Amino acid sequence: MNGMDDLLKKYAKKLVDAGLATARGPGAPLMGGLDQDLTWNRSAPEIPVLEQVFLQLNINSLAFVRPAPPYDRIIGFLADRALKGPGRTQHEDAGFSRGKIMPQDCETRTFLHDLPVVESFDANTVCRALKQRKTVIVQAKGKNENFQGPAVIVPGTVSPEQGFVHISSVCFACFVKFFSDYLSELKKGCADREMDQVFDQALPFLQTDTPQTPHLMPGPFAGEKQVIAAMDQAGRQIVADGLVDSYFGNISFCTNNTLYISQTGAPLDELPGCIDPVPLDGSSSAGITASSELSAHLETIARTGCRAILHGHPRFSVIGSMDCDPEIKAACAFNTRCHTHCPVPRAIKTTPIVPGEVGTGQFGLCHTLPRAFEKSDTVIVYGHGIFATGKTDFIKAFSNMTAVEHLCKIHYIEQVRKLRDINHGNRTS
Amino acid sequence: MYGWTGKIAWIDLTRQKTNTLSLSPDTYARFLGGKGMGGFFLRPCAELAWDHPDMPVCLFTGPLTATIAPTSGRSHMVSLSPLTGLVADASMGGKIGVQLKRAGWDGLVITGKSKCPVGIEIQDSRITLMPAAHLWGLPTNMVHDALSPGRAGLACIGPAGENGVRFAAVIVDRYHAAGRTGLGLNLGTKKIKYIRVSGTGSTRVKDPDRLKQARADIFRLTAASPALMGRFGFSCMGTGAMYDLMDNRCMMPTDNFAATRFAFAGQLNAHAYAKTYAPKKHGCKGCHILCKKIAGQPSSGPAMPEFETMSHFTALVGCRDKELVMRANQLCNNLGMDTISAASVLACFREITGTNFTPRSLLNMLEEIALDRGDGKALKNGAAAWAQSMGTPGAAMAVKGLDLPAYDPRGAYGMALGFAMSTRGGCHLRAYPIAHEILRKPVATDRFSFSGKARIIKIAEDLNAVVDSLTACKFTFFAAGLEEYARAISAVTGKDFTAQDLLATGEKIVYNERIINSLNKFDARHDDLPERFFKQPGTGCDQFSVPPIDRTAFLAARQAYYAVRELTQTGLPVREKAEKLGLEWHG
Ligand SMILES: [Zn+2]
Repeated sequence: MNGMDDLLKKYAKKLVDAGLATARGPGAPLMGGLDQDLTWNRSAPEIPVLEQVFLQLNINSLAFVRPAPPYDRIIGFLADRALKGPGRTQHEDAGFSRGKIMPQDCETRTFLHDLPVVESFDANTVCRALKQRKTVIVQAKGKNENFQGPAVIVPGTVSPEQGFVHISSVCFACFVKFFSDYLSELKKGCADREMDQVFDQALPFLQTDTPQTPHLMPGPFAGEKQVIAAMDQAGRQIVADGLVDSYFGNISFCTNNTLYISQTGAPLDELPGCIDPVPLDGSSSAGITASSELSAHLETIARTGCRAILHGHPRFSVIGSMDCDPEIKAACAFNTRCHTHCPVPRAIKTTPIVPGEVGTGQFGLCHTLPRAFEKSDTVIVYGHGIFATGKTDFIKAFSNMTAVEHLCKIHYIEQVRKLRDINHGNRTS
Repeated sequence: MYGWTGKIAWIDLTRQKTNTLSLSPDTYARFLGGKGMGGFFLRPCAELAWDHPDMPVCLFTGPLTATIAPTSGRSHMVSLSPLTGLVADASMGGKIGVQLKRAGWDGLVITGKSKCPVGIEIQDSRITLMPAAHLWGLPTNMVHDALSPGRAGLACIGPAGENGVRFAAVIVDRYHAAGRTGLGLNLGTKKIKYIRVSGTGSTRVKDPDRLKQARADIFRLTAASPALMGRFGFSCMGTGAMYDLMDNRCMMPTDNFAATRFAFAGQLNAHAYAKTYAPKKHGCKGCHILCKKIAGQPSSGPAMPEFETMSHFTALVGCRDKELVMRANQLCNNLGMDTISAASVLACFREITGTNFTPRSLLNMLEEIALDRGDGKALKNGAAAWAQSMGTPGAAMAVKGLDLPAYDPRGAYGMALGFAMSTRGGCHLRAYPIAHEILRKPVATDRFSFSGKARIIKIAEDLNAVVDSLTACKFTFFAAGLEEYARAISAVTGKDFTAQDLLATGEKIVYNERIINSLNKFDARHDDLPERFFKQPGTGCDQFSVPPIDRTAFLAARQAYYAVRELTQTGLPVREKAEKLGLEWHG
């Protein structure tokens, strides 16, 4: 059960299913696992270099992916800018330092810190970066031209799942960063042609049709079995619809004075066996393995009387939540701490945006989110994702989350069109 | 130097002299501090008997101690174990580490034997040996009362350490124990009743801004950790939060590991204690997690029991009385005994003799052990020695003489391998697989499989050796990693450390311990679990069963571990590897 080979296959498939890698060809995930012996999920010309990486690092697995479109173009673009370093133009200082992409979303901020980029696919260079950080992006240049980048390399010390999770986070972070940067550069009138091109190439990959509402189990649910089945169904749907990546996001349902909540690090498409029943009276601490947002869920339920909570990281909601007028932002005293200190009451249409970090720290979202639910049954957390509540089942919460994301996406694209028209007018006149 | 003070005090009790040792910056970088530095000083004495006058007892801080790096205020004690004959080492909480560093010392190396009971008083650079005959025989709480250390850090032993109890503990700052492997007896044999330290200096930090950044990254990660800062995490509930979880996962050692579920667990969890005793938060110096709990009722009450104590003084010994657990915990602390080994020897006694305990008889027996009376005379040597003497060695639930903590290995195979391989015997903290097998960090692994576990355990042992050398708290590593701590160390010392550099250092520290143990004739025969786990199933539940561990799979995982650790097939270190790691080789 769950031998290393099975794990390599499982997480390679998950990368493909998430649209982060292709099923075949040089873009297919390459996963290596080492216990006593080293095994790979497929043969590949990169293996000799990656074997050297295994020798130099104290690790048990390695994932290598050339991201599928549109991530290849987006990551390649950001990697190039990172290699050029800051100061190429006065506007680009934020978000890059030499050899590093510095996204501002919550996944990166909390777990990856920054994304190192290297120019050469050789073991020493790759290891130098991986000795310090969990991921490295290889964007080979010059002498190493036969290497096709960009590629993301991620080791694991426990399981190939770490490779899957962090590659997924790199793609998420770069996606969010590019679209955020592009919008803000457009607003400043500084987006260059290359950015326009990257956007144009990525656009066909964004589904802009009005989303279908899936058929989810209607409540009320009788007993634990039904609750778990409903959570399982909603979780799978969130993943299938691309509303969350890897093991992020969480789900809960409250019934019979018990909160059923997904465990920490539980992939939402694999929930059965990963749901903790947490008695509301606190009489058991078995919920120690529950989601890091347990406190926010409990508090939200106490304040609003809702029963169902869904949380995902839909990308355009995250991008939209960080959208801020560049002039106002430049003048704001909190502009380096937007995610915790944003002083302006913000919203996308009627959906409020609140600051707050993961968990229960001083600036944790458990202090901001539950209050926001008193006015709206869908709330966006700055740079992080959407929380949506439902009274008896997941149907309304799900459709609200989807609707907000769709709205954010359409709104984003409209803004870009308008700004490009204005900028284009400026450029040609 | 930044980070380290560059000064180590060598205290020779026989000659009543103190010298200052200084090591090269390179040696500091290679062994860091804490456990690593202790092993460095233990290695040349590896073949001496644990009670030989020249056998050192080392107490070391690390480069992060007394800085703002989170949870770095700990220290680590190292010697050779009277209980196991292996390396003895235990992490110490409280504030003694911070005080020692502030006093200008990276660590103490104590050799020789005093003729009369002695206290070691350290105030900045001044080290004095004080007569302590008037404190000899006193329980640790009374030693604390008598010396009223105030801001100073105080480590002391109780009667157990004086009376030859092989699992005697060192009690630090009233509430914290360096519990395992019998270090209290190491001190007792040297006639050291206490060590009191206070200092007025500070740790030199090369780049305070970078350290602040590293600290912020670590804080952010711990805030995102349900196990640490969540509603049921260690900060709110103490380590007792694990009690429900272990019951729920069918991993609670019950009736001396005959079963893995305990019918009364629901009434004896952290919540039940919180209702009765209204615990308050307390912590080690320099910690933001504050997992330690002190009873609020009665006011300024005793330390609340840690998870292991809660579990072993109920399920393991067949008792179901919170008040008994509170009193047994307090008694063990006052008498200066490791609660895990104390409960284990009682559970072993119960199994062999068929005698059930009443609260009164249990507390009485704890006292007999510490005071070397009655049945205690035999039991003070630990479960393994006692079961052997009774002709039923299989009734001692220990690995290499160290009694197993409250995680049944049939419910977590990484834990099974970790218990068997640990250089100090049956210990959960050396590889701490609870992180991924139970708490799902950094990701979850299949707890009923050995697949991949050999390398996972090896890497985790290396990591935890670093943590114990820095010296930091293991709990933080449920959330943060060496990635973040490497930045903290680099900021403090001004030397560039990466996470992988540190893991390589950890590998060296563990291999050094393997060498020390091999010199004391330990090999694959000892890297094993009690037979019970391969023969008898645990207690399952509706969702899953808990079968016995497949012996063949275990042995295969052990061979894989030896290969990964670069030991021989019989678990012995090899010269080539030792030299590659820059370790001294014998012969
Ligand atoms: Zn989230």
